[in-house]
Amino acid sequence: MLQQISGSIAVANAVALCRPEVIPCYPITPQTHIVEHLSTLVKSGQLQDCTYENVESEFASMSFCIGASAAGARTYTATASQGLLYMMEAVYNASGLGLPIVMTLGNRAIGAPINIWNDHSDAMSVRDAGWIQLFVESNQQAVDVHIQAFKLAEALSLPVMVNMDGFILTHAITRVDMPDQEQVDRFLPPFIPRQKLDTESPLSIGAMVGPDAFTEVRYLAHHKQKEALTIIEQQAEEFANIFGRDSGGLVKSYFAQESDIVFVAMGSVVGTMQDLVNDLRSEGYSVGILSLRSFRPFPANAICNALKNAQQVIVFEKSFAVGMGGILASEIHMATQRYADIQGVQISSVIGGLGGRTITKQSLRKLVDKAKQGDLDAEVFMDLEANTVVRELKRQQDEQSSGPAAENILRDMGVVSASKTH
Amino acid sequence: MFQIRIHGRGGQGVVSASELLSVAAFEEGKYSQSFPSFGSERMGAPVQAFARINDTSITIREPVMEPDMLIIQDPTLFHAVNVFEGANTQGYLLINSSKTLSELGIEEMSSLYPKDQVAVLPATELAIKYIKQAKPNTVLLGAFAALSQMVHMPALEKAIREKFPKKIAEPNILAAKAGYRLIDAIER
Repeated sequence: MLQQISGSIAVANAVALCRPEVIPCYPITPQTHIVEHLSTLVKSGQLQDCTYENVESEFASMSFCIGASAAGARTYTATASQGLLYMMEAVYNASGLGLPIVMTLGNRAIGAPINIWNDHSDAMSVRDAGWIQLFVESNQQAVDVHIQAFKLAEALSLPVMVNMDGFILTHAITRVDMPDQEQVDRFLPPFIPRQKLDTESPLSIGAMVGPDAFTEVRYLAHHKQKEALTIIEQQAEEFANIFGRDSGGLVKSYFAQESDIVFVAMGSVVGTMQDLVNDLRSEGYSVGILSLRSFRPFPANAICNALKNAQQVIVFEKSFAVGMGGILASEIHMATQRYADIQGVQISSVIGGLGGRTITKQSLRKLVDKAKQGDLDAEVFMDLEANTVVRELKRQQDEQSSGPAAENILRDMGVVSASKTH
Repeated sequence: MFQIRIHGRGGQGVVSASELLSVAAFEEGKYSQSFPSFGSERMGAPVQAFARINDTSITIREPVMEPDMLIIQDPTLFHAVNVFEGANTQGYLLINSSKTLSELGIEEMSSLYPKDQVAVLPATELAIKYIKQAKPNTVLLGAFAALSQMVHMPALEKAIREKFPKKIAEPNILAAKAGYRLIDAIER
């Protein structure tokens, strides 16, 4: 059924259609509306046979998920940013134990400086935690991918994180085709756990594993993520057959195979890029987009296939590894190095949209124009106010006790509320 | 694509207005999108919200930079924020005020717009009359419908009924109708 609805409410309704049995939650901006709505659905009886527990912290939330999932319940939660960091130890345990928990990450920057707005720092902080990590471009995809996430998690007995841009998607009101219960039931069978704590048939989960077997257990986790490369594609096809639209897959190409210049990106920025690419193509530019839907597992082959004919690749990402650079860009580099056919491609790493900075079509267009002229740098911080940075560097050079950098930069930019500290 | 930017202050229902507009457009079979300027919202702080209406699907996510319709819910913002930034002056301008354009000090700017696409109305006063609260948003939405014809009253009424419980929805519908009638009368 078509609805004009906020991203958060749409996702909460989609999760409810998946018949979760346990939802422990701790609210944090910008995902709060999702769990708030789920609590309403449970309280009102619209979502039945489900335990909703407002726990005391994110650490408790993921720990609760682990217990519930180990006991054989279909389990869901959501978090963002510092909340994810606070549950970190349990995040690794969920994947290490092979528990098929589904979690929404309403992507938000990580402090300090404290910032409630969108970027992908939180998602990237768990890139090696062993979870499947999927990204969505729109609220329709957010709905559809959550439904796929449960099926994927349970097929692999691995936790799945659905990354959804905070505010830009969670708070946007757009048209969404909400699936009905019958369709979801047809796609997603009841949960049969691979392992279950059961008093009738006792077993233990979470053995200590020493040097003799640790490598094998860890390798198996890697192997299962690689299996997911096939299963994600299969389930996307199955989803399309039942729901009548394509919302899944490892990557999504928008003129990527046939273009000289190709953006590689994840999440909602792909929507703005599509709008730009439509403009540019009508002006005769050869430009396309490769949207990564699956970040973990990393679909190196699918990426390289899609970039085979590209001359210049602009990897756009909303986070970076401080002291190293673009994370996605590095991984794309690695993938193309392994793939002989496309070793000649020029790859530029663009960092943008940090801490919620607006990503405009105009700024993206400048990147394409520079790439076309062959002078897009290997590393670009889009819309960086370089003079502000230079002035702060000078203050630090001139004076050992120059004070906190964030406050200095705010003052430099004329944000009057930044207090003078010395 | 028709792009709308609403300026107001926290507590005036700016975000709800953009949401209602997008739902009304959806009810009429259009594609639409609405979202607020994200921030830590406080009562009285300047707030913006955005909406887009189109015949085909909308993928762009940037804030509305070149609004075809500017709605100013609070005229004191003229002194605080450059509300006209990027505005398409071939579009529409809708202002909540009991003052005239020259009293507001925006005669020059507003004269760039086609004359019949500019409207000033005392939406706060009408809101107080109908909903007993200084929330001018639904009055302005009625005025928006009359001025632009981008959405129509039946869809707007449906959107208001969907969003609010009956007790709140009904006075707001009366408020929207009052806004509509006022502008519709001027237009003729």
